[in-house]
Amino acid sequence: MIVIDTGNHIAALAAKMAKPHVIAAYPITPQTTIVERLAQYVENGEMDAEFIRVESEHSAMAACIGAASVGARTFTATSSHGLLLMHEMLHWAGLARLPIVMVNVNRALGPGWNIWSDLNDSLSQRDTGWIQFYASSVQEAYDNIIQAYKIAENEEVMLPAMICYDGFILSHTSMPAEIPEQHEVDKFLPEYKPAWKMDVEKPATHGNIVPPEYYIQIRYDMHLAMERAKKIIQEVGEEFGRKFGREYGLIHEYRCDDADYVMVTMSSIAAEGRVAVDRLREKGEKVGLVNLRTFRPFPREMLKYDKMIVIDRDISPGLGGVVYNEIRGNGSEVYGFMAGLGGMDVSYKDIERMYELAKQGKEGLYPLEVK
Amino acid sequence: MLKEIIFYGRGGQGGVTAANLLASAALKSGNKGVQAFPFFGAERRGAPVKAFARISDEEIYLRSQIREPDVVVVLDTGIMDVVNVTEGLKEDGIVLLNTPRKPSEVEMPCRVATVDATTIALNNKILVGGIPVVNTPLVGALAKLLDGVNIEAVKEAIKERFGKNAEANANAAEQAYNEVVL
Repeated sequence: MIVIDTGNHIAALAAKMAKPHVIAAYPITPQTTIVERLAQYVENGEMDAEFIRVESEHSAMAACIGAASVGARTFTATSSHGLLLMHEMLHWAGLARLPIVMVNVNRALGPGWNIWSDLNDSLSQRDTGWIQFYASSVQEAYDNIIQAYKIAENEEVMLPAMICYDGFILSHTSMPAEIPEQHEVDKFLPEYKPAWKMDVEKPATHGNIVPPEYYIQIRYDMHLAMERAKKIIQEVGEEFGRKFGREYGLIHEYRCDDADYVMVTMSSIAAEGRVAVDRLREKGEKVGLVNLRTFRPFPREMLKYDKMIVIDRDISPGLGGVVYNEIRGNGSEVYGFMAGLGGMDVSYKDIERMYELAKQGKEGLYPLEVK
Repeated sequence: MLKEIIFYGRGGQGGVTAANLLASAALKSGNKGVQAFPFFGAERRGAPVKAFARISDEEIYLRSQIREPDVVVVLDTGIMDVVNVTEGLKEDGIVLLNTPRKPSEVEMPCRVATVDATTIALNNKILVGGIPVVNTPLVGALAKLLDGVNIEAVKEAIKERFGKNAEANANAAEQAYNEVVL
């Protein structure tokens, strides 16, 4: 069935259809309408979940950790400063290998106070052990949430997963999305059966002191799980494609085959970038586009193009664009632009301009400081 | 064919809802690509606000704000004193005004369409907090101005969205559809 609604309402619908047992969340702009909608679902009996009203995002994640530890499927959602307040608990969820699924509606960090899109909130959670998906449409937001549970709960993975999309640009924009029937989702995403969970009948100590020789293994095993997640993300994306007609992987290539330059970006800029690529192609420019679907695990080995132009909606002070620096040094010629910070509108015309600038060997903060 | 529409009104007047109703009606009319979104600003009741809608027979990949609209809808002509509503309007673009005046009585450097949405709202008794609801009649009028959006789909979209008063709003939309003058 095709439904038209905002990114947040469609995300709430996806969460409902994934049938989590526990939701713990705290409202924050621009995530609020997800939590409102979920509370409504639980209140009117459409959703059979425990909705825990918490006093902060730190508590929201702590509640999800507790619930996931006893084998519950969990969901939460946040944005910006809310995500930052969770930071300690994000590491906790990752290290405890709990497959919690969360939506982060990307929003800039203050001060200066700003409620608009910027990816620095989630990108700065890079090392917490969370899988990170980025959506460029409302449909992708829905599809990523459903797939995230299946990937996170896979025994070869067992890592939490974050689904990210731009504040307002997707969260508050109504677009059509194909919503499968509940029984089809149930078949694709069966009930969560953890291999291990806390159980009062079988008491065990959990989270006790770990000496260095074990800790190093725990930490490295997380890394290996993230590496294994690459294969699982691919497999689950293919299975999703067979069942629902929309196939997913770690990256999505658009007109890259004979491209001299490949633009690499994610979130809504990746959708807008397709329009720029089509227009440039009409002018005879050999250019393609890669939409990065996952930032963790990072598909570095897949990004082997001779010349790349990376567009970041973020900045790592002292280094530059986050995605740009993850790619740089792989043997390719890479140009980096930081654009759209704090919700600055990035149109296809801006993307075409960045392409022209890169061809002249220029890069930097667009449009203010390009050298 | 992509059509881009901007709604200008005041906070609380229903510009965002109008954009959503139009997108929903466009989808029901068989368009594959539709979008509706507010201007991403800090909105407050009474202040000038903007909302956007896109309609296309193909999937829409644009995510940026609309700068060169095909149609501009003005819910409250009072804001034209402070906002240049024709900014970026395409050469053959249309401005749809909520006014009792005829297009010939309006001096604007573009094609003008008019409909008296306020009177239609009052006649149909669609009021919120004593203020006439002009967004539903204006979406009805848009069905006349835009190829690919039909009035039946507009009425259906209105009925889905509004519980009570659905009928009155749908009637107002149809009346505006019949009365709009280009």
